[in-house]
Amino acid sequence: MSSMTLYDKLWNSHLVKELENGTALLYIDLHFLHEVTSPQAFEGLRLAGRRAWRASANMATPDHNVPTTTSERSRGVDGIVDPVSRIQVKFLDDNCKDFGIEEFAIDDPRHGIVHVIGPEQGRTQPGMTIVCGDSHTSTHGALGALAHGIGTSEVEHVLATQCLVQKKAKNMLVQVNGALKPGVTAKDVILAIIGKIGTAGGTGYTIEFGGEVIRSLSIEGRMTVCNMAIEAGARAGLVAVDEKTISYLQGRPYAPKGELWQQAVAVWRTLVSDKDAKFDAVVELEGDDIVPQVSWGTSPEMVAPVTGKVPDPALAANDSKKGNYQQALKYMGLTAGTPIQDIKLDRVFIGSCTNSRIEDLRAAAAVVKGRKVASNIREALVVPGSGLVKAQAEQEGLDLVFKAAGLQWREPGCSMCLAMNADQLEPGEHCASTSNRNFEGRQGFGGRTHLVSPAMAAAAAVFGHFVDIRDVPLL
Amino acid sequence: MPLDRANVDTDYIIPKQFLKSIKRTGFGKNLFDEARYLDKGLPDQECTGRPLNPDFVSNQPRYQGASILLARENFGCGSSREHAPWALDDFGIRCVIAPSYADIFFNNCVKNGILLIVLDEKMVDQLFQETAATPGYTLNVDLAAQTIGKPDGSTIKFDVEASRKHILLNGLDDIGLTMQHADAIRAFEKSYKEKAPWLFA
Repeated sequence: MSSMTLYDKLWNSHLVKELENGTALLYIDLHFLHEVTSPQAFEGLRLAGRRAWRASANMATPDHNVPTTTSERSRGVDGIVDPVSRIQVKFLDDNCKDFGIEEFAIDDPRHGIVHVIGPEQGRTQPGMTIVCGDSHTSTHGALGALAHGIGTSEVEHVLATQCLVQKKAKNMLVQVNGALKPGVTAKDVILAIIGKIGTAGGTGYTIEFGGEVIRSLSIEGRMTVCNMAIEAGARAGLVAVDEKTISYLQGRPYAPKGELWQQAVAVWRTLVSDKDAKFDAVVELEGDDIVPQVSWGTSPEMVAPVTGKVPDPALAANDSKKGNYQQALKYMGLTAGTPIQDIKLDRVFIGSCTNSRIEDLRAAAAVVKGRKVASNIREALVVPGSGLVKAQAEQEGLDLVFKAAGLQWREPGCSMCLAMNADQLEPGEHCASTSNRNFEGRQGFGGRTHLVSPAMAAAAAVFGHFVDIRDVPLL
Repeated sequence: MPLDRANVDTDYIIPKQFLKSIKRTGFGKNLFDEARYLDKGLPDQECTGRPLNPDFVSNQPRYQGASILLARENFGCGSSREHAPWALDDFGIRCVIAPSYADIFFNNCVKNGILLIVLDEKMVDQLFQETAATPGYTLNVDLAAQTIGKPDGSTIKFDVEASRKHILLNGLDDIGLTMQHADAIRAFEKSYKEKAPWLFA
């Protein structure tokens, strides 16, 4: 048999049937659901009198729309003040009951952002195909699973048939060589990659991330990288299985046990691209060249090193880019040539499926420890990715560190990453955010987002503007 | 209706506050909400009477009733929200013409009977120029013939995958089509269970 990429292997092992015109029926091992993109799918099933094909292959949790204040959360679903949000969360509860789907409801201690709890529980496993009505499903690729976002019609399709009609994507390898300098994180790596290949650079591809830098990252760091594959246009991002993957999974609640564990591990170890596998495109970056990144515009490709300046649209590669840059600068209220470190900030958000895991919170806490939030920062939120991440952080005393520095310690959820709940920016406010999208209005009407790593966001909170994290001593 | 902007994301097409609905309809009045109105839109809000942005294309009298959207590269990037095609459809857009689209958005449109046409950048640019220069400029899309008819009587050919064309022309139910392969799915599950029993434990 000819050599295969990891993506080829995952595709082939889930191929139910080749259909006409180059499409295929692909089997789906695991389907995550949340409250925002599932109601219309359940309604569709009801109208057609259909049931779930394999209810046990689904798992649900409300995350996009849930409040993060303890006062609202202490009363479960009934405590949600916004009546529209409350209906949507209740609707998920009811739908899961009706269709026999396991749900971590809003008051379950294991509740959290779907892309955080999947791996945390060991539901996400190497070799799986995983989908969810959310584009950041690419996160799960960090464990060697083929995972991507789908729309609501496809949510309904997967519920009803356990399959999707798919067209195979092309293979791209993004190789990050060498080693990262101290203070440079997984978030900086993926922002640098998107800055290089652009927001549509991966369209039509599945990206496998490889090279010494990716291998050196923790599983959580790899999740940050794969999470933002979609911001480079690729529906799915992948990292090959190694010993880190296997030790991450061992002992997690839903991971295989006993003899099944041995069997699974033997298969998982084969989930790497063959040595001479052919990729349709290869992109290389040098880890040593990557410095902490800050986005200055309204697309994740609009990034600059923290040591740099807001770029001049006149220097853009072509007219279309020039127009985009001008539009972005106007929206962001920035002028070309402004040093990134001079951008004044109003809020800080540490959270989201990109950066709300325990390592992210540790990195942020280390920076704010012994310091205070700067006077020009109106609000700095820390929103853990799950109830278990929150509990772990509290056990380590991180909550006390954040609170002592003047940051708010919240309940888990998507929060200000997409601002569907009350956590929003005011028009014109600049926010240092560990989330994944800096689109116009993403964090609130007229809000201005700057994407950064957790350590950079924490430093921005205590200094009131961006600083090069490499120059900030830990106290 | 020409929307001269690259990398239009799905947050731009339909902002998140409208995603709280548990229905599939009624999103049209909030299509491009942040660009189209001058105030901040709220869910379940009556939109007649909201201050309009006179510069935004959908508010210009000449584009009222448009069913074809002319757009730039990487249209529909970002979130997987199907509310984006639902909003386009509810507004009355049946077809989009652009140089390229984001993958998830592309699939979501097919599921909702919206035809996405890919033309090369030069051709799209020319259509933008001609639309701007000629009030009342109208294109006529014929999916069966795979042609776009221009006001001067000339036509542009476009490609569409045969399977997508078939689904669009016949308004087929995707799930029903897949259910025809139910035996193949069961057979796959059976052999797969032997190879990966831990997934069925």
